Amino acid sequence: MHSAVANWRIFSLSAPARFYRVTAWLNPWLWALCLVFTFAGLWMGFVVAPTDATQGEAYRIIFIHVPAAWMSMVLYLAMAFWAVLGWAWKVRMASMLARAIAPTGAIFTLLALWTGACWGKPTWGAWWVWDARLTSELILLFLYMGYLGLVASIDDVRRADHAGALLALVGVINVPVIYFSVRWWNTLHQGASISMTAAPKMASTMLTAMLLMTLAFWAYAFAVVFLRARAIAIERESDHEWVMALTLNQQNAQ
Amino acid sequence: MSEAESLGHSVSVFYAVLQRDLRLAMRRRGEAALPLAFFLVSTALYPLGVGPEPHTLRLIAGGVLWVSALLASLLSLQTLFAADHADGTLEQMLLSHEPLWRVGLAKVCVHWLLSGLPLVLLSPLLGLLYQLDGEALWMLPLGLLLGTPVLSLIGAVGAALTLGLRSAGSLILLLVLPLCIPVLIFGAGAVQAVDSGISASGHLSLLAAILIVTLMGAPVAMAMALRISME
Amino acid sequence: MNYDNLHDLWELGGYGRYVWPAYGLTAWLMIAEPWLAARRLAKALSQARQQTDEEEG
Repeated sequence: MHSAVANWRIFSLSAPARFYRVTAWLNPWLWALCLVFTFAGLWMGFVVAPTDATQGEAYRIIFIHVPAAWMSMVLYLAMAFWAVLGWAWKVRMASMLARAIAPTGAIFTLLALWTGACWGKPTWGAWWVWDARLTSELILLFLYMGYLGLVASIDDVRRADHAGALLALVGVINVPVIYFSVRWWNTLHQGASISMTAAPKMASTMLTAMLLMTLAFWAYAFAVVFLRARAIAIERESDHEWVMALTLNQQNAQ
Repeated sequence: MSEAESLGHSVSVFYAVLQRDLRLAMRRRGEAALPLAFFLVSTALYPLGVGPEPHTLRLIAGGVLWVSALLASLLSLQTLFAADHADGTLEQMLLSHEPLWRVGLAKVCVHWLLSGLPLVLLSPLLGLLYQLDGEALWMLPLGLLLGTPVLSLIGAVGAALTLGLRSAGSLILLLVLPLCIPVLIFGAGAVQAVDSGISASGHLSLLAAILIVTLMGAPVAMAMALRISME
Repeated sequence: MNYDNLHDLWELGGYGRYVWPAYGLTAWLMIAEPWLAARRLAKALSQARQQTDEEEG
């Protein structure tokens, strides 16, 4: 049983050496995919999709606002998942992956808020509205900041990883509660309840463009997270054999 | 030992820690009164900033008082485990057979008795300053009674995670405040609802539900966090 | 085609000054982030190389 687990570890991506090799090979393809989807999505979104009847050209922000918001939420879940995996099952690479995801997730949250404000000003006349979605996104940013702040304050790597995992787990459990309470709070104070998601009836071209941009953001997220995870792996395992072999190979190649 | 004995023993551990921490806190009575002082001062600041117009104050009363209570009860969290951590008592507790969650729960009780309960008791007085009266005035301490234990419980998890860190104080706030938002929304909402003539039973039920769930989950999370911090 | 010329694309019927800053910051961050991550990797590799050299030599 033990050897079966050990074998799995060696042959799966949970071994940092293998993770490094595989993701290093994958990354150029991920960047290529990202570029292709971005071009396709922006072409679809600007050239093909028509102007919206009510919102005019301003609605085109949706092609980055919605994908960014979506990624921010998905990445938080992924971060919590890998962090807890690393904590509970002591899989080093999982903890490293969680740490790699966090900054990217925070940036997407920031972008969701920024693009939301840019969209809100021409559409609803205010740079910020306290609608349920945007307010929840803001709270998500606080959750990311809490995670990043906590792991940055702890010098011991293992303690930082595990503390972050617990915090992320508590966060994930709370997110539905927070979202529900914010939704409820928003409907109560009717005056400010202009919803950002009262989006125009979407023509199919608009939806396609949004989907393409979402795929582009997915590819981007994979690429940048893998890149950062590789950096973390080298930083942490610099005295391991695989890293030494890697650097020797690189030197020989030069 | 028999079940009855072990139950008695574990309950006595809870009370032992409770009594000990209370006694220790009473020796530093000034420090123990700080949350109350903060509550008072911060509540008095808002009218100075916003203006004394009674109608405005009445509108913002629930929110202001709840936010002040939130900050006041969270500010004293740093010291929850600090003293015991510094002199090694906490490590003893970790190594002993006592379930850590019980010890943690006792400490949270002490924190609430010193930081939460005083706020509950003082809040009607401060509510008067904000032109609250009648049922709305009593919704404030009632909601705080349900809400402040939740704040202490969640805050204790934050304190356990940040044990021994330099910037623990502000870090705890950053970690814990987002998680306390539902309590804030329902607590302040209860006051505003009653003030507008609507029933607050929904708010109170939700606050009670949050309290129950937090009571079940937070002590365990706190124990896990303590183990992580002392690995 | 939605736009007759590049100027129309820039102006976007007056909404350009909202749309382009939105896209602008997005593009900027999505270039800066991988660049910073790549730098971090390069630095990690060079430090690891140094460490290996020290141990070898």
